[in-house]
Amino acid sequence: MLQNMPFWPARASTSANNVDALFIFLVVVSALMTALIFTMVIYFAVRYRKQAGRQAEQIEGSHALEITWSVIPFCVFMVFFAWGAYVYFRERTPPPNSAEVYTVAKQWMWKFEHIEGQREINELHVPVGRDVKMIMTSQDVIHSFFVPAFRVKQDVLPGRYTVAWFHPTKAGTYHLFCAEYCGTSHSGMIGSVVVMEPKDYEAWLTGGGNQPLAVTGERLFSELGCGTCHRTDTQGRGPNLVGVFGKPVLLEDGRTLTADENYIRESITDPSTKVVRGFKPVMPTFQGQISDEQLNALVAYVKSLGQAQSTQTGGKSMAAVTPETK
Amino acid sequence: MHSSPLATANQPAHENPALLHHFATEEQQKNAASLGMWVFLATEIMFFGGMFCAYLIYRYWYFGDFGAGSQSLSVPLGGTNTAVLICSSLTVALAVRAAQLGKPTTIVVCLILTMLLGLVFLGIKGIEYHDKFVEHHVPGASFNFPGHIPGHPDVPINQQHAQIFFSLYFIMTGLHALHMIVGVGLFAVITYYAMRKRYGPHYYTPVEMAGLYWHFVDIIWIYLFPLLYLIDRHK
Amino acid sequence: MATAVVETGERETYLNREYGIKSWLLTVDHKRIALLYLASITLFFFIGGFFALLIRLELLTPAGDLVQADTYNKLFTMHGQVMVFFFLIPAVPAVLGNFLIPLMIGAKDLAFPRINLLSWYLYIIGGILMLYTILAGGVDTGWTFYTPLSTEFLNSHVITAGLAVFVAGFSSILTGLNFVVTTHRMRAPGMTWSRLPLFVWAHYATSIIQLLGTPVLAITLVLVVCERLFHLGIFNPSLGGDPLLFQHLFWFYSHPAVYIMILPGMGIISEIVCCFSRKRIFGYQAMAMALLGIAVVGFLVWAHHMFVAGISVYAAIIFSLLSYFVAVPSAIKVFNWTATMYKGSITYQTPMLYAFGFVGLFTIGGLTGLFLASLGVDIHVTDTYFVVAHFHYIMVGGMVMAYLAGMHFWWPKISGRMYPEGWGRLAALIVFLGFNLTFFPQFILGYMGMPRRYWDYSRAPEFQILNVLSTAGATILAVGYLLPMVYFLWSMRYGKPAPDNPWNAAGLEWTAPSPPTTFNFDQQPVVSWEAYNYDEIKQEVPVAQ
Repeated sequence: MLQNMPFWPARASTSANNVDALFIFLVVVSALMTALIFTMVIYFAVRYRKQAGRQAEQIEGSHALEITWSVIPFCVFMVFFAWGAYVYFRERTPPPNSAEVYTVAKQWMWKFEHIEGQREINELHVPVGRDVKMIMTSQDVIHSFFVPAFRVKQDVLPGRYTVAWFHPTKAGTYHLFCAEYCGTSHSGMIGSVVVMEPKDYEAWLTGGGNQPLAVTGERLFSELGCGTCHRTDTQGRGPNLVGVFGKPVLLEDGRTLTADENYIRESITDPSTKVVRGFKPVMPTFQGQISDEQLNALVAYVKSLGQAQSTQTGGKSMAAVTPETK
Repeated sequence: MHSSPLATANQPAHENPALLHHFATEEQQKNAASLGMWVFLATEIMFFGGMFCAYLIYRYWYFGDFGAGSQSLSVPLGGTNTAVLICSSLTVALAVRAAQLGKPTTIVVCLILTMLLGLVFLGIKGIEYHDKFVEHHVPGASFNFPGHIPGHPDVPINQQHAQIFFSLYFIMTGLHALHMIVGVGLFAVITYYAMRKRYGPHYYTPVEMAGLYWHFVDIIWIYLFPLLYLIDRHK
Repeated sequence: MATAVVETGERETYLNREYGIKSWLLTVDHKRIALLYLASITLFFFIGGFFALLIRLELLTPAGDLVQADTYNKLFTMHGQVMVFFFLIPAVPAVLGNFLIPLMIGAKDLAFPRINLLSWYLYIIGGILMLYTILAGGVDTGWTFYTPLSTEFLNSHVITAGLAVFVAGFSSILTGLNFVVTTHRMRAPGMTWSRLPLFVWAHYATSIIQLLGTPVLAITLVLVVCERLFHLGIFNPSLGGDPLLFQHLFWFYSHPAVYIMILPGMGIISEIVCCFSRKRIFGYQAMAMALLGIAVVGFLVWAHHMFVAGISVYAAIIFSLLSYFVAVPSAIKVFNWTATMYKGSITYQTPMLYAFGFVGLFTIGGLTGLFLASLGVDIHVTDTYFVVAHFHYIMVGGMVMAYLAGMHFWWPKISGRMYPEGWGRLAALIVFLGFNLTFFPQFILGYMGMPRRYWDYSRAPEFQILNVLSTAGATILAVGYLLPMVYFLWSMRYGKPAPDNPWNAAGLEWTAPSPPTTFNFDQQPVVSWEAYNYDEIKQEVPVAQ
């Protein structure tokens, strides 16, 4: 239904159904309202046109009417608001155990790195039927990750991660646009999202022999000497990172926050801002010394520490899920 | 015979040449001027407000580095400036009072004192800016702000965060100083007319309005001083 | 009643009282200043319109084959900046507001005539800076100046563009200041607040926004210019700053700015609907309160431009809710205008045709705003042509039509001449048709996924057909806009001389001659009647000549 309608974007994700339903509701209500106003204006313009022998009738106003046509639209607006907020909340809350793709946007291309290690430029392969979470940052200016067929859009900012997620439902190739003006080739920053059937996706994944992102991160962790302080055996000068991801962290100033991707990233680029209680702010900053891709690898590695399953891929993989792993 | 469009032509002569042609009474003109100045000051609050907003946000995020930056400012100089400005608000209020009481010489003396105090403020500001320049605390290529965060001898100052502090410091105090220069200029003009005995109990609106403006500039400084100079002084 | 004459024997008016360039450039007469503004904003309207035409021509084909990418980026940037800051924001207040407010309240002039003149000069200085920016090579930041693109990554004339807007902003602030003080202090005896025409209420509400919002844009632009000049990091993440802070500060002004643009137009429509229905406005108090309500609540919704920018989910939900609050007073106004027509005695002169168009197109534009306020839909349509269509429906279908409505309605008062009614109606029809053909397809384009600010869409050729329709509409619209230019100018020499009150309209401005004398009224009026006293005015609108 509604597939291949002219002038309608493809529907290839679960979000598309949610957004389209809300949109169609808005269209219907708005069309009714527009028709009502247009009809009344045209009708009044004709019915009450100047005619010999008839004077205009002065009507001061009507409190009852004012209230009615304030309250009723307001109630309708609240429906628009509540439904929209619900859809939005779901769209901005990636499900747990989503497969992850790290994204670095730059003028004027998209660089993707799957957890399993595959790197892509301007083309993103994903399987049907899995939740996919994009963890995105920009190397330079603000961009925006926009896939109309998925009804997903999220600005990509320099210096921090933003997150988008989707659940593809239909195989095919769909447009990927940059939707935040970013300079000369803003309109050239177009790519495609290739949604594949799970079997085809497996095949694509295994061809290439790439190193999983977290393994790259592990190597970097060792090369940069992180383990000197972040020990796992005895109390090092830095906190033990095993199992830290996703857990609450008590900071020196008394605040508590959750160790998400942004916190881990910030701890590497600006370590003295949010120090864990009980530790001294002695960690040097690595800002400017490692690239965004390397940062992504380190974050993926830290996320993988203490994960219960056999996979060393850090974060969920999009490979076929066997019943044991969850 | 038509006179210049700026003159009050074609209207019956008024006793008070300061009454403009489009006002019916002097009271209406005074009320209009007064409301106009208050409305203008409201816009100035919004203008400085944007900067205060940016400052408050960054101070919350980079508290330690801002504290370090704050401690590098001179409280004696800033404090003196605060006292100078408060005194200048007094002298301008005295000028208005003198106008109300019909004492033309006192008006001139008080206005001149106000301007002098204003110039003292600007002079001290100049000294502070010079010090910052010499110490390489001016944001830009040669910015260098070594040291540690107050209260944490082992935490080095983040140069980027410190630069943001000094950027905001210079922009906020710089715009404030610009407003003061405008104020001094305004007073120069008004002093000139005061010397020609234009103001008295019958008409002193420009003195009062300029005074209002000056009080506002003073109040902005009274907020700027503790926010910029007095963070974390106990550490 | 005194009828002074000038050398030629004609009645003395504000136009013939004095001749010579100095009498215009040094005038403090609010009516002459209004005409100075009229000339300048018309110039900028056609400059901005020319850029729009080039944009639409480029988009006829998917490939970027008319201009280069950088040029295209400059075109949409400068189209936006010129249209917003040098046409839409000043047009109605500085032309019609300046001209009419003293007349409508029974005053000789605004409270501060010299500041009024200063306002125009600031506008001109800003305009010259803008023209310099255009001629020196242009600016390509997008009218929104987002950082760090504008502060760190572009080599175009960002600083002069920022300064141009900064200076023009002060013109706007001073106009607002003048209107507020004038409305408070200069009303004639008997002209109480509840007898004010809604046109005056609309400008009062607009002025509040101008006064409180524009300074924030001013300081934001100062910060951007300083950041660019001195390589600061206030909005640049690679130097410790936050790009979202820029967006918050920018939109804190720029959202209320859209109400600066539309509220005066709403004021015009109220005057016109009443006159051509021969009826008092339905729900005067509600209409006045709605204007103030829009002005106030309009300050609370700015982050609805940032739903996908990286703000928190909770902030987004709050701003979405508030955005629906601000929609209610606008809806009330549409219903009240419609109700005013009920049992009226309606004629279809050009101003009324534009008013009909306004009510319809503002309804559509406003309803599509509800789409954007709905978070779930906004994710998909923000930063696409859906937004472009929405704001053009409001600003062009709404605001520009209201401006044209007002220009036609008050042209007899301003110039002393009637415009040719047949051509006026034809132009109104052409504008209406051209406008809808230009912008309705863009709603569809947006939902299909065509992003904004795209020079080349050759990877998505399915967008072409709707773009072709849109460009066709734009050429028709251009004709519709050129026609009034031509016949207004024509009418200044050959138009039928206008009576004092060609429409038998209510309002003090119509008791003055057409055109008025320099000081508007020989004797200060004393008002003892309510606004829109069409029950007392027995005559109908005269048949069109």
